[in-house]
Amino acid sequence: MSKLLKASIAALLLSSLTLPVFAEGLGLGRVASDDEIAAWDIDVRPDGMGLPQGSGTVTEGEEVFAERCAVCHGDFGEGVDRWPVLSGGQDSLTDDRPVKTIGSYWPYLSTVYDYINRAMPFGESQSLTPDEIYGITAYLLYMNDIVTDEEFELSKQNFASVRMPNEDNFFFDPRPDTPIFNADDPCMSDCKSEVTVTSRARILDVTPDAEESGSGSID
Amino acid sequence: MSDQKNRQNAGKDLPQDGSGSDSIKGTSRRSFLRAGAASSLAMGAGLLTGQKVVAAGAGDPAILELQDWNQYLGEGVDARPYGTPSPFEEQVVRRNVPWLTADPVSSVNFTPLHDLDGIITPNGLCFERHHAGIAEVDPSQHRLMIHGMVDKPLVFTMEDLKRFPRENHAYFLECAANSGMEWRGAQLNGCQFTHGMVHNVMYTGVRLSHLLAEAGVKPKGSWLLAEGADSSTMTRSIPMEKALEDCLVAFAMNGEALRPEQGYPVRLVVPGWEGNMWVKWLRRLEIGDAPWQHREETSKYTDLMADGRARRFTWVMDAKSVITNPSPQAPLMHDKGQTVLTGLAWSGRGTIARVDVSLDGGKNWHTARLDGPSLDKSLHRFYFDFNWDGQPLLLQSRAIDSTGYVQPTKSALRSVRGENSIYHNNGIQTWHVKAPGEVENVEVT
Repeated sequence: MSKLLKASIAALLLSSLTLPVFAEGLGLGRVASDDEIAAWDIDVRPDGMGLPQGSGTVTEGEEVFAERCAVCHGDFGEGVDRWPVLSGGQDSLTDDRPVKTIGSYWPYLSTVYDYINRAMPFGESQSLTPDEIYGITAYLLYMNDIVTDEEFELSKQNFASVRMPNEDNFFFDPRPDTPIFNADDPCMSDCKSEVTVTSRARILDVTPDAEESGSGSID
Repeated sequence: MSDQKNRQNAGKDLPQDGSGSDSIKGTSRRSFLRAGAASSLAMGAGLLTGQKVVAAGAGDPAILELQDWNQYLGEGVDARPYGTPSPFEEQVVRRNVPWLTADPVSSVNFTPLHDLDGIITPNGLCFERHHAGIAEVDPSQHRLMIHGMVDKPLVFTMEDLKRFPRENHAYFLECAANSGMEWRGAQLNGCQFTHGMVHNVMYTGVRLSHLLAEAGVKPKGSWLLAEGADSSTMTRSIPMEKALEDCLVAFAMNGEALRPEQGYPVRLVVPGWEGNMWVKWLRRLEIGDAPWQHREETSKYTDLMADGRARRFTWVMDAKSVITNPSPQAPLMHDKGQTVLTGLAWSGRGTIARVDVSLDGGKNWHTARLDGPSLDKSLHRFYFDFNWDGQPLLLQSRAIDSTGYVQPTKSALRSVRGENSIYHNNGIQTWHVKAPGEVENVEVT
C-alpha cells in the first residue's frame, strides 16, 4: 500500500498544480436533491453501509428463490446449463477444476445482497423488495451450510455479523510477479537447445464453427 | 464531368515526344521501364526474385478485360450518408464464442485483430462485453451524479459535461480475461479469439479530476464507486489516486459519439487498467472511504492461485503482444519469399520500448520494427519483414515496455499462478506455420 500512498500524494500534488483554474469550480451542473440521491444510491458495503430496513428467513427466501431464481440457478443453486452455480464447491479451490460459489469463494455477504438488488433477476433487475432479498440471501447461506437453521432470519441488524468462510484468502495484487532480471538484455540467440510442440488447438477443436465446446470462462 | 475533363487535360500535359522542359523526366522514366523489362527477361531475374513472368501475348484478365467499374457510373453522394466498408470486406466482423457463456445478452465478442492494421480499431469492430445487453440510452434523459463524501453532490447533463475542457487520448482497453481460455493450453484457433478482447480508439472526454473538483472531494474520500445505467447496474471501486491521475469521462471515440455497445452517451476511461473498470453508460460516481467489494471485484476479476488463495484489485494490464499476421485465421497464402509479419503490443504501465520476434519457437530472436505513433497505454504496431524459406515456422513475439518489464512465457506465468486464475494471461503466444494456408495455435517447450 505504500506505493499506492506515494502515488496518491504525487497525483494530488500534480492535480493541484495543473488545476488552479478549478479551485473555485466552473459552476457547471446543479446540486443533487436528497430524493435523487436516495433513488440511485443503492450500493451496499461489507460494513453494512447502504443496507435498507428489512428481514427475511431461510424458509421465506426458499419460496422466492424457487419462483424468481431457480429457472437459471436451479432449486438448490446448482446452476442450469452455463448459468452460475451458487452453492457447494467448498474445499475445491485447490482442485484442478475449482467450483467458485457464494459459499466457497465470495469473501463478503454484502456482495450477495448488493448484486441481487442491482442486477437480479436477470432481465428484471431492481424488482425485488428488501424483505425478499434478505430472505434469498438467508436461503443462499443455508444452501452453503453457513447457517443450518431453516428459521434463521437475516436482517439489517444482524447482517454485518455474518462472516463468509473464504474472506481471509484474498490478498492484494503482488504483480509484477514474473522474473524480469533479464530486462536489459533478454536472450537473443541460442536461447534453448530444442523446441517441441507441447499443445495444439486443433486437438480440442473448440474454435467457433467446430462442434465441441471448450473449457474456461471470461469472468 | 469536371473530373473527367481534368484527367484528359492532365493527359495532354504529359510529355509526348521528348521535347520541352518536362521531357527529361518522362523520357527517362519510359527508358527505365523498358530497360527494366528487357533486363528481367534477358537475365531471368523474375525467376530469381520470385516474380512471375507472363508469356508475351497473354496476360491478366484484370488488366486485359474491361471491368464494370471501369465503364459504368457508381452511386452518388446521397447513396451512403453514413459509409460502410466494401462488400468485399464482409468477413471483417466481431465474432462470438457461443459455448463461453449462458446467453449472448451477458457475453462477449472479439475484435478481428487479424483483419486490421495500424493501431486504431474501427468503432464498429471494437469487441463488446455486456452484462445485460446493449442499453439504448436517450442522451437527453441521461444524468451523471456525483455524491457521497463531497462538499456538494452534483448532477450533470450531457450538455454540462461537454462544457468542461476536453482532451483527446488514444488508449487500449483490454478485458482482464483476454487469453483467459488459454491457461490450460492452446485451445482457440485464431488471434481474434485468443487476443481479441482488446481495442484501441481515440477518446474525447473530460478529466474525471475536473468533475471531482467541481463537487469537492472531502479529505477522507479515498475511493470512488462508478456505476452504469444498464440493467446490470455494473459497479467497480476505483482508488482516488487513479481517478485523479488520468481517468476520463469520455463521450466520443475516434471522432464520433460513443457507440451504444461502448457505453453511449458516456463511459469511464481508466487508462492501462482492466476493461471491466471502464464502466459504460456511466450514471453515478459515489465517493467513499473504503472499497465497496462488489461482485465484479470479489467473485469476478480476482485471480485464484494454485494454493487456493486469490489476488484482488489486480487492475494493471501487464505488457503483452501478439502476432496478428500470419495467424490461424490469416495464414500465409503465398509460397516462399518476401513476407510481412505484423502484430500488436501494449502495456498498462506506459509505452512499448521494443518487440522481439522469433521464427523458431523462441530459440533465436530478432528485434521487430515499431511503426506508427508510440503513445502511452496505447496499442503499438510492429512489423518484421523477412524472406520465408517455405519451411514450417514457430512464430512468437515478446514485448518489452518502458518500465523494462519483459513479456513472460506461458510456462513462467503458470509456474507462479497455476492454471485457474482466468485473468491476466499475458504469456507469449506461439503460432505454428506449417505450410502455405495453414497456421495453428500451439504451445512449445
